Amino acid sequence: MSTISTLPPKPPTQLKAQVNALNFYYGDFQALKNIDFPVEKNQVTALIGPSGCGKSTFLRCFNRMHDLYPNMRYEGEILLYPDAINIVDRHVDPIEVRMRISMVFQKPNPFPKSIYENVAYGLRVRGERLRKVIDEKVEDALRAAALWDEVKDRLHDLAFNLSGGQQQRLCIARALATSPEILLFDEPTSALDPIATAKIEELVNELKEKVTILIVTHNMQQAARVSAYTAFMYIGELIEFDDTRKIFTNPSSKLTEEYITGRFG
Amino acid sequence: MDSMPLKHSSQQWINPPADHRVGVRAIKRRRHLAERGIESLLLLAALVSVFTTIAIVAILVWESILFFRTVPLFDFLTDRQWTPLFDDAHFGIVALLSGTLTTTVVALLVAIPLGTVLAIYLSEFAPFRVRELAKPFLEMLGGIPTIIYGYFALLFVTPLLQRIYPDLPGFNMLSAGLVMGIMIVPYVSSLSEDAMRAVPMNMREASYALGATRLQTALFVVTPAALSGLASSYILGISRAVGETMVVAIAAGMQPSFTFNPLEPAATITAYIVQVALGDLPHGSIGYQTIFAAGLTLLLITLLFNILGHVLRKHFREAY
Repeated sequence: MSTISTLPPKPPTQLKAQVNALNFYYGDFQALKNIDFPVEKNQVTALIGPSGCGKSTFLRCFNRMHDLYPNMRYEGEILLYPDAINIVDRHVDPIEVRMRISMVFQKPNPFPKSIYENVAYGLRVRGERLRKVIDEKVEDALRAAALWDEVKDRLHDLAFNLSGGQQQRLCIARALATSPEILLFDEPTSALDPIATAKIEELVNELKEKVTILIVTHNMQQAARVSAYTAFMYIGELIEFDDTRKIFTNPSSKLTEEYITGRFG
Repeated sequence: MDSMPLKHSSQQWINPPADHRVGVRAIKRRRHLAERGIESLLLLAALVSVFTTIAIVAILVWESILFFRTVPLFDFLTDRQWTPLFDDAHFGIVALLSGTLTTTVVALLVAIPLGTVLAIYLSEFAPFRVRELAKPFLEMLGGIPTIIYGYFALLFVTPLLQRIYPDLPGFNMLSAGLVMGIMIVPYVSSLSEDAMRAVPMNMREASYALGATRLQTALFVVTPAALSGLASSYILGISRAVGETMVVAIAAGMQPSFTFNPLEPAATITAYIVQVALGDLPHGSIGYQTIFAAGLTLLLITLLFNILGHVLRKHFREAY
C-alpha cells in the first residue's frame, strides 16, 4: 500500500475521458450540476464526498447504468478517448459503452453460477464460443484479480461459497475478463473487513497499469492511499479536483478542507 | 440538550411510583387474557383446515379399503378397461389415468412455454404501463369459471381444430388440453413473474455492466436465479391440470379408454368422478366406491407433485 508521500512521480499525462458540463436529472431533480472533469489514462481517480452528494450517480453515468431506470436525463458530454465518442449521447448504444467500461459494485454481486462461469460471462455475452480462449482469459482475469491461487482447484464451485472479499475479487476478475478500457469501482470495500479491503486496494494499485480506474469511496484514507487524483463533490457539484496529495494537504476550497478534516460528512 | 426530557420521562415509565403499580398489573392481566383469547381463536381457525384435510383423506382411504376388498389392487393397476357400471365390470384405473395424463401433457405444452415467456416479458421487458395494464387481464383470465372454458373448448376450439383436421371427433383431448393450458397460463406466469422479480436488481446490474443485452440478462442471469420459483410454478400448473374437471368433462368426453392419442375422446379421472357423482348409484355399491378409489389416486398424484415441488424448491434454492 502506498501512502501519499510515497506516490511515484506521475508519467506525462494522457486523457482517457473528459467530462464537459455534465448535468444529470432524476425526473425533475437535478442530481449532477455542470460537472467538468478530466480522467487520466492509467491512473486512479477517486471521487469523495458526503453521502448523497452524487458521486455514485456520477460514476454510473460512465457506463450508462441509469438507462436501466425510467425518468432520467443526461445533458452535456463525457468524451471517451481515443475516439472521442460522447458516452451519454442518446444515440450512443449503452451496450457499446458497457463493452468498453466495466464496473465493480458496492456489494459483491456474483451470479448464482460457478466461479468459472462468473468470469466467463462477459466473454459469453460477447459471443465468444471457443473453450480454449475462454479458459485462457478466465485464468488471466483471475490471476489479475489475485484470486487464481485460491480458486484454481475449485473453479466449478458455486461463487456464493467464497468469502465476501473473495467474491469482490471475483467481481473484479469478471469485470477484467473482457479487457475494459475503464474500470469503475463504486465503494468496492464498504462491505468488506480491513484485510479484504487492503487486498482490494493493493489490487487497484496494480491494475492501473492495464486499465484506467475511477473509484468512489467514502473512506478518505482509501482515496489518499490508492488515487493519483481526487475529486471532491458536494450536493451534485464538483467542488474541487486536483492531485490527491494537494487535496489532502492543501485544498483550495474551504468546503473541501472542512470535509477532509472531518468537520462534516 | 433536546433529548434530556425524553430520557427523563422514559426512566419514569420504567420505574413508576409504587401506587401506580396495581393499576398497571390489572391492565397487564387484561391484555394477557385478550392475547390468549385471540391466540386460541386463530389456532381454532387453523385447525379447521387441518381437520378437514385429515377427514377427507380418512374417508377416501376408508372407502377405498372397502373397494379394494372387492377389486384386487393388482387388477386396479393392470387392467386396461374401466367399465365399473357394466355387467362385465373392469376396474383398470390406467384407462382413466391415460386420459388425465394426455390432457395434462397437452395443457402443459401450452401453459409452460406461454407462461414462462409471458413472465419473462412482464418482469424483464414490459414498460411499467404495459405491465400494469396486462396484469389485471391475466388475473381475469384466471378468474373465469372453468365451466365457461369447457364450453369454449367444445363449441369454439373443437370446430376450429376440425377445420384443420376434419376427422377430429367432437369430443377430444386435444381441444380440452389446449383450453386447459390457456386456463393455467395465468397461474404459471404470475408465480414465475414473482420469482423473477424477486431476483435482486444488483444481479441484473452486474449483467448489464458487462455489456449484456436485456435478452441475455433475462435468459442467462434472471431465469437461472429464479429457477426454484419457476419450478414451483410449473408444479402448481401440473396440479391444476391434473385436478381440472369441468373442461375435460365437457370437451374430452366421458368414455374411458386407454389411449394417449390426444385426437381421441377419453375420460379423465375427474370427468369420471363427476359422471358417477351426478348419477344415482346406491350408497355402498361397488360403483359408488369406485369414485373414492379414483379420488384417492388423484390425491396421490397431486401429493406426489407437491412433494416433488418441495424437493425442487429446496434443491434449487439460491441464496442471493
